[in-house]
This record gives sequence, structure tokens and C-alpha cells, in this order.
Amino acid sequence: MESKPINLLEKKIMIQTDNGKITKISIYFLLAIGSVIMIIPLLWMIRSSFMGMQQIFIFPPEWIPTPWVFTNYPEALTTVPFIQYFLNTITILIPSVLGTLVTASMAAFAFARLKWVGKNFVFAVLMTTLMLPYAVTLIPTFLIWAKLGLINTYWPLILPKWFGGGIFYIFLLRQFFLTIPKELDEAATIDGANPLQILWHIIIPLSRPALITVGIFSTLAEWNDFLGPLIYLNDSRKFTIALGLAEFTGLYSSQWHLLMAASTVVITPVVILFFFAQRYFIEGIALTGTKG
Amino acid sequence: MVIGFYFSMQSRFSKNLALEWSRQSGNFLWPIFFVAPAVLGFLLWQLIPIAASLIISFTDSTIIGETNWIGFQNYRQMFVSDQLFRQSLTVTFYYAIFSVPLRTIAAFFLAVLLNQRIHARPVFRTIFYLPSIVPAIASSVLWIWLFNPDFGLLNALLEPLGFGKLQWIYSTQTVIPSLVLMSLWDVGPMMIIFLAGLQSVPRFLYEAAEIDGANKWHKLIHITVPIVSPTILFNLILGLINALQTFTQPYVMTQGGPNNSSLLYVLYLYRKAFDQFQMGYASALAWVIFLAIAGLSYLVFRSSPHWVHYDGK
Repeated sequence: MESKPINLLEKKIMIQTDNGKITKISIYFLLAIGSVIMIIPLLWMIRSSFMGMQQIFIFPPEWIPTPWVFTNYPEALTTVPFIQYFLNTITILIPSVLGTLVTASMAAFAFARLKWVGKNFVFAVLMTTLMLPYAVTLIPTFLIWAKLGLINTYWPLILPKWFGGGIFYIFLLRQFFLTIPKELDEAATIDGANPLQILWHIIIPLSRPALITVGIFSTLAEWNDFLGPLIYLNDSRKFTIALGLAEFTGLYSSQWHLLMAASTVVITPVVILFFFAQRYFIEGIALTGTKG
Repeated sequence: MVIGFYFSMQSRFSKNLALEWSRQSGNFLWPIFFVAPAVLGFLLWQLIPIAASLIISFTDSTIIGETNWIGFQNYRQMFVSDQLFRQSLTVTFYYAIFSVPLRTIAAFFLAVLLNQRIHARPVFRTIFYLPSIVPAIASSVLWIWLFNPDFGLLNALLEPLGFGKLQWIYSTQTVIPSLVLMSLWDVGPMMIIFLAGLQSVPRFLYEAAEIDGANKWHKLIHITVPIVSPTILFNLILGLINALQTFTQPYVMTQGGPNNSSLLYVLYLYRKAFDQFQMGYASALAWVIFLAIAGLSYLVFRSSPHWVHYDGK
């Protein structure tokens, strides 16, 4: 009499673990399929970038280049001055990222650590720009830069970054600054430090992860920006790497081995950055979803 | 004595004032110093341009030549006689209606998969996020090649399965579905936001449901979805704003073709503004999409009390 329910229970447990195994396997199966879908286009790109003209146009397609054509890379990089484009991109990127880091942390400091009238209101107003379509501000901004005669210079691409750098970054930094104990500020104030010294000597050194996150996000944004350079730069010697790739696509629309080599070159620095700093990506994005 | 009193009052008053001022300035000058760049940036690159854009939309502004106030003529022309406006609006909504929900669902399921107790979670997370860091221009070039009807990867995989030679971005029928498919490739940020949202689901709810005999699917629908519904709302709205402003993909991949069947709205706006220099008309176009985005976001928000659950409700 007594053994029966126990047996039943054991059976149930066995079935459950069996079920557990099946679900585990199906989860890994789905994850594997997902991974293949995500990775295959990139593998296809790399495979194409090492192929000769003839092999790339074989159907059904082959996966392994025979022979491996390494000359696609130097050829792609010299038909269009990609080195120049790379340097141009860096010229825009460094001051832009710097401006974002400086002015976004200043604003974030005011929102997170200082008391002032209207703070929440100003923050809320700035936050609304997260939802503002860029299409509305595009034309007047362009017209103003045109009036100033600064089209075809890097000013329209750099200067706005020295004015807050974007509310998203201010928001990320503010969230982080809020977690630092207030007592540190108070102690420093008693010792006679002014807010600028508090920001520089206390908040900034404690906020390295957040600053790195913002630095990475804005570096990526600059590297990937297409519409900005497209509108403001028309002299091809001033092109960025994104514009250069678009130009290259227009010029060599059927030379897929070269186009894929060029695309690989454009993607590689970002992928390397991502692998080194993915913790910051994930945490930075996760922050936007959980709070606020 | 009165005078003495007056003086003492005054000195006390001014002393108070000075104290008050220094306290105030301690409270005020520093914040102004710190937020000034961001607030100026907001004024110079957001508020003033929005206002200017509204004003320009009532003019016939081109870059060269004089500008005249023409009232609602741009808007009238748009809605009465501009076939391309109608086309681009239709195509854009067609794209967004499929892309936004499908991306949200894909991101949600990827996040749920990643949230299971599995080995090598960081590896899978990295792989799923990888497409999202590829610059839009590079992924566009890559996908033109994948979509190539003769030598592309997609037909190479699908033709043996009996799909025939699909034309992908080269046919009016399939160009938008192709762009939707491509948009499903990079859902990384959405996925991470869901993953963060999933951390807020208390484990005991699942355990309680298991005791009641709920299976995986029941748990997903009745526990996970309601609890992460605020995150779904967040992703839907940001996804909608992004989808309605898709530019790089049609600009690079299809140039709006074939036969304007992928003339997404911002591409049309870009052409009006920067190919034809019709700044007035393009500004009117910008305001229409601005209002459309605001209206749609409002509708999604209004619908949210019916399906979004916040803590304790």
C-alpha cells in the first residue's frame, strides 16, 4: 500500500527529468539554428572576399575558395583610397567621442549629483528627444550649416557632439552616477572641493565602466554613421569609410570579390572592438531597458 | 536712531542678500555650467530646427533663389497630387507593419532561449548580437550579395528545396519582404533589452505554476509575457520609430526600386531635399512623418493599459 505512491512519484520525477532532457536538447538545437542563421551571412562574406572572379560566379556555389585569392584585399583597398577614408573617419571620430564623453558626463553630473530647481523638468524635456524622429531636424540643420558655409567640412559632424553628445549617453551616465554614494560628494565639499573637482577627482575615476560604455557606443555610432557624412561631405577626398564603401559599391557593382573584401575591412575593426568590450555593450543596453 | 536702525537693517539685509546669493549661486551657477552644453545642444540641434522645419514647410524654399510663403500648398500638393508621396507612405507602413512585430517577436524568443539554464550562454549571446554591430552600409552591401538571384547564398540554399529562382530585392512583389527578412538579422539591442527585462521575472512564479502543472508554453504566455510587457512596449515604440525612418538599406540596396516599390519615406524625403533641393516640400514631408510617428506612438501607448502590466496591478 505504501510503496505505490512513492513509485508513482519516482515515475513522475523520471518523466520530468526525461522531459527536462528533451527540452534542454531542443533549446540547444534552437540556439544552434539561430547561431547558424546569424553567422552564415558573415562567413559567406569572408568566403567571397577570398575568391577569384570565376569561382564566385559558379552555381551551385562553393564554400571553400580554391585557390585563396589574397590579392582581393590590396586591390579593393587601392582602387578606392580606403586608407584616406580611414584617416578621415578617425579625424571625425576622436574629437566627436571626446566631446560626447566630456559634455555628456557634465550634464549627467548635474542631473545625478547636484540639487537645482527644474532639474527633473529639464531632464524630462531632454529625454523626449529620444523619441524625436531625426527626419524633422535634418533639413533646417543642414540649411544652417550651409548658411555658415561649413558644408564639406567636418564641423557639422563634430561640433554637435560637444553639446551633450546625445541624451542616450547622458542617461546612461546619469544612471551610473546615481549609484555612487552621496557621502563622497559631501565629504569633498566639506574639504572645500568645488563641483568640478568632485566630478573630476571622485565621480570620473569611479565611473570607468560607464564611460567606457559610452565611449564604445559613440565610437561605433561615428564609424557606422552614413547619413551625416552623405549629406555634409561631397568632396570624395573628405569621405569617411562608410561613404567610401557606398561609393565603391556604386562603382564596382558586380565585382563581388572586391566588394566583399572591402566590406570585411569595414566590419573587422568593429568586430574586434566588440569582442574586447562586449561586457560594456550588454550592460549599457540592458540599463536602458530596466530603468526609466 | 531711525537712521541707525535703517543702516543696520540695510547692512543686515545686504549681508543676508550676499549670503543668500552665494548660497543660490552655489546652487545655481554650477548646475548651469554643467548642463549648459547639453541644453544649448538641445536648443540648437533639436528645438530650433523643429520650429524652423515647421516654418520652412510653409514655404517654397530651395537652396538657391528666393523663398516665398505659400501657406499649406506643400501639404495640399502632397495629399492631392503627389503619387510618390502616397507610394512611399504605403511602402513604409507595409515595411513597418511586418518588420516591427516580427523583430520584436524574434528578439523576445532569442532572449527567452538565452535566459534558460544553459552552458556557453555568453558565446550564444555574442553570436546573436554580432550582426547588430555590423555597420548598416556594410550589411546592406553584404545583403545585396546574399539576395543575388543568380549567385547569392539565399537562392543557393532555397533553390534545391524547390523554391525556384526568387528575385528578392529585384522584384516589386518581394522587395519589401526581403528587406523585412534582412531586418530580422540584427535584433541584438532589442534582444538584450528583453534579456534585462526577463531578469525581473521572479522564479517562484514559475515554480508555483509548475506545481499547478503548467507546461513551458503556459508559463511563457501566462507569466513571462505579462511580466515583461513594459519591455515589449518599450521595444515596440523604439522599433516603430526606427522602422518608419529606415534609410540606408533602400538607399544603398534598391535606390527605391524596382518601380518605386521600396521607396521608403525618408529616402523620398532625402531625394526631395538633397537631390532636388526642394527644402520647403521636404520639410512638409518631414512634418507628416513626425506627426505620423507621434500619432502611432500615442496609439500604442493608449493601447498599453489593455496589455501592459506594471508591478502590483
